[in-house]
Amino acid sequence: MAEVLVYVDHVDGAVRKPTLELLTLARRVGEPVAVALGDGAAETAAVLAEHGAVKVLTHEAAEYADYLVVPKVDALQAAVAAVSAGGSLAAVLVPSSAEGKEIAARLALRLGSGLITDAVDLEAGDSGPVATQSVFAASFTTKSRVSRGTAVITVKPNSAAVEAAPAAGAVEALAVSFSEQATGTKVTSRTPRESTGRPELTEAAIVVSGGRGVNGAENFAIIEALADSLGAAVGASRAAVDAGWYPHTSQVGQTGKSVSPQLYIASGISGAIQHRAGMQTSKTIVAINKDAEAPIFELVDYGVVGDLFDVVPALTEEVKARKG
Amino acid sequence: MSLRIVVTVKYVPDATGDRHFADDLTVDRDDVDGLLSELDEYAVEQALQISENSDDDVEITVLTVGPEDARDALRKALSMGADKAVHVEDDDLHGTDALGTSLVLAKAVEKAGYDLVISGMASTDGTMGVVPALLAERLGVPQVTLLSEVSVEDGTVRGRRDGDAASERLEASLPAVVSVTDQSGEARYPSFKGIMAAKKKPVESWDLSDLELDAEEVGLAGAWTAVDSATERPARTAGTIVKDEGEGGKQLAEYLASQKFI
Ligand SMILES: Cc1cc2nc3c(=O)[nH]c(=O)nc-3n(C[C@H](O)[C@H](O)[C@H](O)COP(=O)(O)OP(=O)(O)OC[C@H]3O[C@@H](n4cnc5c(N)ncnc54)[C@H](O)[C@@H]3O)c2cc1C
Ligand SMILES: Cc1cc2nc3c(=O)[nH]c(=O)nc-3n(C[C@H](O)[C@H](O)[C@H](O)COP(=O)(O)OP(=O)(O)OC[C@H]3O[C@@H](n4cnc5c(N)ncnc54)[C@H](O)[C@@H]3O)c2cc1C
Repeated sequence: MAEVLVYVDHVDGAVRKPTLELLTLARRVGEPVAVALGDGAAETAAVLAEHGAVKVLTHEAAEYADYLVVPKVDALQAAVAAVSAGGSLAAVLVPSSAEGKEIAARLALRLGSGLITDAVDLEAGDSGPVATQSVFAASFTTKSRVSRGTAVITVKPNSAAVEAAPAAGAVEALAVSFSEQATGTKVTSRTPRESTGRPELTEAAIVVSGGRGVNGAENFAIIEALADSLGAAVGASRAAVDAGWYPHTSQVGQTGKSVSPQLYIASGISGAIQHRAGMQTSKTIVAINKDAEAPIFELVDYGVVGDLFDVVPALTEEVKARKG
Repeated sequence: MSLRIVVTVKYVPDATGDRHFADDLTVDRDDVDGLLSELDEYAVEQALQISENSDDDVEITVLTVGPEDARDALRKALSMGADKAVHVEDDDLHGTDALGTSLVLAKAVEKAGYDLVISGMASTDGTMGVVPALLAERLGVPQVTLLSEVSVEDGTVRGRRDGDAASERLEASLPAVVSVTDQSGEARYPSFKGIMAAKKKPVESWDLSDLELDAEEVGLAGAWTAVDSATERPARTAGTIVKDEGEGGKQLAEYLASQKFI
């Protein structure tokens, strides 16, 4: 059976959920071989094995943290060469983060392969893997294939369920020699993002977002309280971010995060096309808006026309009461 | 010293219009108004600011690969203050994928001459966010992408990249490829004077032969990806909408409970 390379997104050995989702998809088209780089790479093996990785190729070097993107491309290219030498390679899958897409693109170019980004589903096809993409702010669904070379595909978070599928997960050291370009862009300092204690926005099952209607940074406490009652992540529209009420890292939409949770609750958000681009694939959509004509109501499964300052706190109380 | 900046700008269908696909599954660019991708205005703006903050002699060229109407995008960038423009236009470019686009852009950037390329973070139609990285790979120069802050001094470009896990400060020597986000600072509106001046600025037109490229390397035929189908997402079935008469929060909680979210 052909192998599928899965690029592992991890923080000091803690594997992020989208990588486990990739393993689910990878198993549909071949045998998953994971590639983990940088500090803590070897520690990823146990959890990757539980989710189907037959092999885990690891390499630790300072370059991965000290220089932008290219060292990781060099390593993936080495992994492709290693796997192709011993068998056949069906695809390379990379999580669709901003960096993941850049890594995948440069790798595809080096391999002379086609590139598909932001897939939301993947299945085996007669001539290689078929990717589903959701385009034009999720108003169209396309099915695409890579027609030349080994398919390089990036996949959005929440595109598949995490499944237990125990496999060997044998750790093998990957030999990597860095290219001349690897040290081109130096990372001179890094400030880690402070943890909010809430679920990661792109990975959360429930997202509660606030927009211009929230009307002030201090009022976001109302949105956070609802989020906490549901165990949800907090999102914001660009209007709320531009006003300085909530950090840009929480922005949902075309130039922010793209989310696809089970439940999305929008409060005081009108539903502009650029916001919809980042949330329209959510399974269930709920909105609270005082304007019955707001375009967000075209998307909702359930909508409340009303003042968020009344509805949101009341909802939070109800949720808490019901959860006991 | 002189600094040659090339800003890559894409002409895209208006996102607020009714975007759809043509019969060959490429983007229908005939029935929807087009414009300069809003996210590329940020790239033009940063080029202008680098120029304004520099003692060097800075020349800004805006470059687009696109159909005849893409000239409108160049005009807009020129009216914002860029010095000159290059339009790569060729019927054989129809349906080019991201890798092909980066090939054409790389050839054109080299022909134009550059010390710094500035791109947008992503187009507003394809939204892949990969062309700047591909350009850097093709040109063999540093990639300094997704910057929310950028400066150029003494042949070094520096910037801040706000990633998922951390905010990073980056540094690279010129020549380099930079991309900037919509957090980099509002783009200026063209002034009346700027609009008048733009009419006299040079716009060069190049085709594939000017770039020594063959038709087979680009376009639908040269694409390394194939779209098999495009289907319009069925409209979401109309949801339940209630008016809050004091019970809105409670009703919503009941709905969430019925869907097993609580
Ligand atoms: C290139 C580009 C990229 C963009 N990227 C993004 C992006 O990534 N994400 C994004 O969100 N936007 C993005 N935008 C901006 C987008 O076009 C909208 O301007 C933005 O989404 C509006 O935010 P909003 O809905 O919070 O504000 P508004 O459109 O002002 O809507 C506020 C809503 O709140 C309601 N409201 C007010 N008070 C109350 C109350 N007390 N109770 C209940 N409801 C109330 C109002 O009725 C209104 O519907 C982008 C724009 C461009 C051009
Ligand atoms: C809905 C849709 C889905 C697509 N999916 C794929 C796919 O999976 N794989 C694939 O290979 N191609 C795909 N394409 C084609 C691809 O979008 C185009 O080839 C495009 O030229 C490059 O990608 P982008 O627009 O996403 O650019 P991005 O990488 O998002 O653009 C970033 C920046 O590069 C510059 N730039 C991009 N294009 C141009 C241009 N023509 N002229 C000047 N500067 C430019 C701009 O500065 C821009 O801000 C898709 C197109 C559409 C409309």
